Amino acid sequence: MSEREMEEIKKLLKKSLPAMGDVELRRDLWPAMQQRLAQASVHVPWWDWALLASAGVAMWLFPATIPALLYHL
Amino acid sequence: MEVLEQFAAGDSDAFESLFRQYQGEVFRWIIRIVRNRATAEELTVETFWRMYRARARFDAKEGNFFGWMRRIATNAALDHLRCVRHEVELPEQLPDARKQVPAEQNELHHAIFSAMDRLSPRVRAAVLLALVEEEPYEDIAKTLGISVTAVKLRVFRGVRVLRKELSSGGVHP
Repeated sequence: MSEREMEEIKKLLKKSLPAMGDVELRRDLWPAMQQRLAQASVHVPWWDWALLASAGVAMWLFPATIPALLYHL
Repeated sequence: MEVLEQFAAGDSDAFESLFRQYQGEVFRWIIRIVRNRATAEELTVETFWRMYRARARFDAKEGNFFGWMRRIATNAALDHLRCVRHEVELPEQLPDARKQVPAEQNELHHAIFSAMDRLSPRVRAAVLLALVEEEPYEDIAKTLGISVTAVKLRVFRGVRVLRKELSSGGVHP
């Protein structure tokens, strides 16, 4: 491909896709960032739920384990 | 202690200060790749979230914060392009989108967007940054973590695909 062909494509692209270099951020994104941080801090990983479920199943199947579980809490 | 060291140590005030200082910079970089304001805003938050999670790995004394931030922003933008691939983003994000465009030009827009959609996210980003935004090849290389030669190769490949796609769509550059 020649330099001229490259320039032709470049011209065509610039005609349809103006440069976005001057586009400015119109609002402060800090509130959105804070929301993201807050969501992350209350996120419970799936294995914690799995552990809770298995503890529940264990208590239901073997009620004798309840005092032992309570002792370890 | 410098703000970067405080940030790396997990100080949330330092993080806020860096966020406020660089959010515009990150947004302007991302919008050059994704070309959509709402998406660029979301990805700016995503970038800072990734930086926040990776803060302990940042070397505040030796590391180049700006380069690190741009690399994370670029990766977030490329991840987004991978997810939305084959969903052609219409030119609502263009600065002069409200202007009436002639039908012929509209067809050209669609042809260009369809052709761009055929490019892989990495090639698309290189083409947009190099040919549309006219960013220096050295800067693109640093941001993408590749050599200048590799950037030129990606742009060359992209232009070749674009020519082919446009020709098959009846647009002859």
